Amino acid sequence: MDDLYQQNILDHWKHPRNSGRLDSPTVSYEAINPLCGDKLRFDLLIEDETVKDVLFSGRGCAISQAAASMLTEEVKGKSLAEVRSLGKADVLELLGIPIGYSRLKCALLGLKALKVGVYTAIDEEWDEDELL
Amino acid sequence: MTQIATPQLDLARIRADFPILHQQVNGHPLAYLDSTASSQKPALVIDALTDYYRRYNANVHRGVYQLSEQATEAMEQARHKIARFINARSPREIIFTRNTTESINLVANAWGRANLKPGDRILLSEMEHHSNLVPWQIIAQATGAELDFIPVDGDGRLALDDLNTLLTEQTRLVAVTHMSNVLGTINPIAAIAQAAKAVGALVLVDGAQSVPHFTVDVQALGIDFLAFSGHKMCGPTGIGVLWGRKSILQAMPPFLGGGSMISRVELRQSTWHELPHKFEAGTPAIGEAIGLGYAVDYLSQIGMDAIHQAEQQLTAYALERLDAIDGLQTYGPAVAERGGVISFNLDGVHAHDVAAVLDQHGVAVRAGHHCCQPLMNILGAPATTRASFYLYTTPEEVDQLVVALEKCKAIFS
Ligand SMILES: Cc1ncc(COP(=O)(O)O)c(C=O)c1O
Repeated sequence: MDDLYQQNILDHWKHPRNSGRLDSPTVSYEAINPLCGDKLRFDLLIEDETVKDVLFSGRGCAISQAAASMLTEEVKGKSLAEVRSLGKADVLELLGIPIGYSRLKCALLGLKALKVGVYTAIDEEWDEDELL
Repeated sequence: MTQIATPQLDLARIRADFPILHQQVNGHPLAYLDSTASSQKPALVIDALTDYYRRYNANVHRGVYQLSEQATEAMEQARHKIARFINARSPREIIFTRNTTESINLVANAWGRANLKPGDRILLSEMEHHSNLVPWQIIAQATGAELDFIPVDGDGRLALDDLNTLLTEQTRLVAVTHMSNVLGTINPIAAIAQAAKAVGALVLVDGAQSVPHFTVDVQALGIDFLAFSGHKMCGPTGIGVLWGRKSILQAMPPFLGGGSMISRVELRQSTWHELPHKFEAGTPAIGEAIGLGYAVDYLSQIGMDAIHQAEQQLTAYALERLDAIDGLQTYGPAVAERGGVISFNLDGVHAHDVAAVLDQHGVAVRAGHHCCQPLMNILGAPATTRASFYLYTTPEEVDQLVVALEKCKAIFS
């Protein structure tokens, strides 16, 4: 278990990529983790069915911050269809560390903010089961 | 540095009673510092459970055969033990529930629906656990009653200066916690109850953190309801207690309807069984109730005053060591007014990350809002890490916590 806080995680935590707020996002959604009260917001600028720009903001633990930071790098320039298909496995692969059951909610908080945002943009209903 | 005086508790002997404590976690000896969330269980309690399931498992109050008689007697014995433990006038005032949460919901629903009307007021405090807040929100919405709150001061104590203004002729009930599960603050219940009586309000005490850790005497406190959980006091999960004053319980309508709680049942109406059965619909957690009886035996034999004293000494030691860590902030009042709970934050590191690093060093603590979101807002900390102590906690485990915190600082520096 000594490998939870790997260098890449700490690097994203100390120097988050794409952190901040967009001036006029197409959509913006804040996800809350009811277990700890942490909040993460994703602002998305969508053009031609593509994520033109993305910034995240909000407080959270190193795991949720690192996962959100990695996700922004991952989805910038991607089509909405590609973002829609992202799931838990993709986030865990980005993090590259074993995540226990109790920290999954932290790791997936950014993914939820991102995907609810995209679903709002395309006017589709979000189902929490997508995080399973 | 505080020298720990000759310990009143024989820690080595006590620890030998708790099988779970003797294990390694992530290559370190387990330091279990989360008894506020749930305590560990002595072998005596674990054995009582298996003994029930192996030798005399049967439904209670129903069979005339040997096993059922035996189970019924054991469960009723547990009720007697618990009544003595909190100095209730009668074991019939002891109602078995699942936990503190269910006990409070029982009062909110059964007493609240029958007694609250628009304009009535319920006085709570800002440091309540969600389980002594949300049921009142729900019942206030259903009945038109209003909620008031005793504020929390900068040291994490109840600000009682304005208590007499907060208590009005419309106040029907005061529901407060005896001890905060975030700050460890022990509240002056007897004084609050006296003020409440002056305006004719009933008093419910959330005893989830007090009953396990120090002597609670319901008569001396002058209160009307006490709610607590077995699993926080060396007992099993799934069993809790509501104590209520007999006259009030008798006047209350039932909470849940079903088997065991009735006297006569017709197709369109029924009459209720006597106390405590009126509030115990359905098959109870029999083995767990019996187990809780054994937990009460265990705590009584060691002595609640000795347990409280030892916890306060350990808390004083822990506060001194934690406050010496650069960049670490602890919350809560001075030792004299608190029990063995310490919430803290490390500068710039999220509570979850602190807890995760501590776990890597074998130290089990809770991180988050501790089911007290309004209080966390007042503290200005969305989350804290919390270490909490019980009769089996050692100074060495506090030292292990401090070492792990230094490691944590290094990782996130
Ligand atoms: C002060 C306080 N009240 C109520 C509760 C709720 O207890 P339970 O979850 O056993 O119902 C707790 C435990 O978390 C507590 O610490």
